[in-house]
Amino acid sequence: MFDLTGKCALITGASGGIGGAIAKALHEAGATVGLSGTREAPLQALADELGERAFVLPCNLSDPEAVAALPKQAAEAMGSVDILVNNAGITRDNLFMRMSDEEWQSVLDVNLTATFKLCKGVLRGMMKSRWGRIVNISSVVGATGNPGQGNYAAAKAGMVGMSKSLAYEVASRGITVNAVAPGFIETAMTDKLNDDQKAGILGQIPAGRMGSADEIASAVLYLASPEAGYVTGATLHVNGGMAML
Amino acid sequence: MSDIPDRVRKIVVEHLGVEEDKVTESASFIDDLGADSLDTVELVMAFEEEFGIEIPDDAAETIQTFGDAVKFIKEAS
Repeated sequence: MFDLTGKCALITGASGGIGGAIAKALHEAGATVGLSGTREAPLQALADELGERAFVLPCNLSDPEAVAALPKQAAEAMGSVDILVNNAGITRDNLFMRMSDEEWQSVLDVNLTATFKLCKGVLRGMMKSRWGRIVNISSVVGATGNPGQGNYAAAKAGMVGMSKSLAYEVASRGITVNAVAPGFIETAMTDKLNDDQKAGILGQIPAGRMGSADEIASAVLYLASPEAGYVTGATLHVNGGMAML
Repeated sequence: MSDIPDRVRKIVVEHLGVEEDKVTESASFIDDLGADSLDTVELVMAFEEEFGIEIPDDAAETIQTFGDAVKFIKEAS
């Protein structure tokens, strides 16, 4: 249904569960994909699996110079960046009272500031071509808050406000900016939870199960598609009903 | 060098869709030529590419009129 043939997509955090699923979905729809992440080996493995139209673009998003260089590297490798998916994120959980400045800053730097810089870096090309899709991966906790995640929730809520502001500015140029807010998704991160923790989480989810990375990827695919051209400044919540926003 | 005004005028005419004779020395992009603030950013981008120069953000803000643009580009290139 969604055809991205001829479009080039840069996906950050592509070595992770959700990022990898997003890359596969966009690639399957015909897009050329730039796989970014800190760990080169899993990126290369994914690129090998995808075959043609896949480029490995290692980048440490906590390094400002690397962030500044990434949009150019992506455009050089793929020819352009028509779709940007800011998926990379880190957590440094701690109780608010105990949270260090470093824990706060590192999460803001990678999750919010790098997103800002990457958006800025790809806009010139999108403005010129009068077409662009930016999808920022937020989180349900950006809307609801979560104990122990003051930094993460702040960054994820910040992404939503930033996306809406940018959406206003560039809507007239054929560029949409949206957010996807996943709930609890089965990934390496959630595999580490014990059974009691999992049961506690599932009790809060009307769907009675965790989501899959593919279900996030499908939401991203829609927002990246030509069909979603009239959707901008939106946050698509994909959370099994755990927060109906 | 002498063709700078003509090249700048061509970019402005193409980008803003205005008549060539409206693009006078003192014509303000926003007040006289119907540009919005994002148009002015795009014009600066187009000037940078046409003339192979870098126009830093603080300098870009001073480029309000056609004359400003020509003057800046003459000095920069």
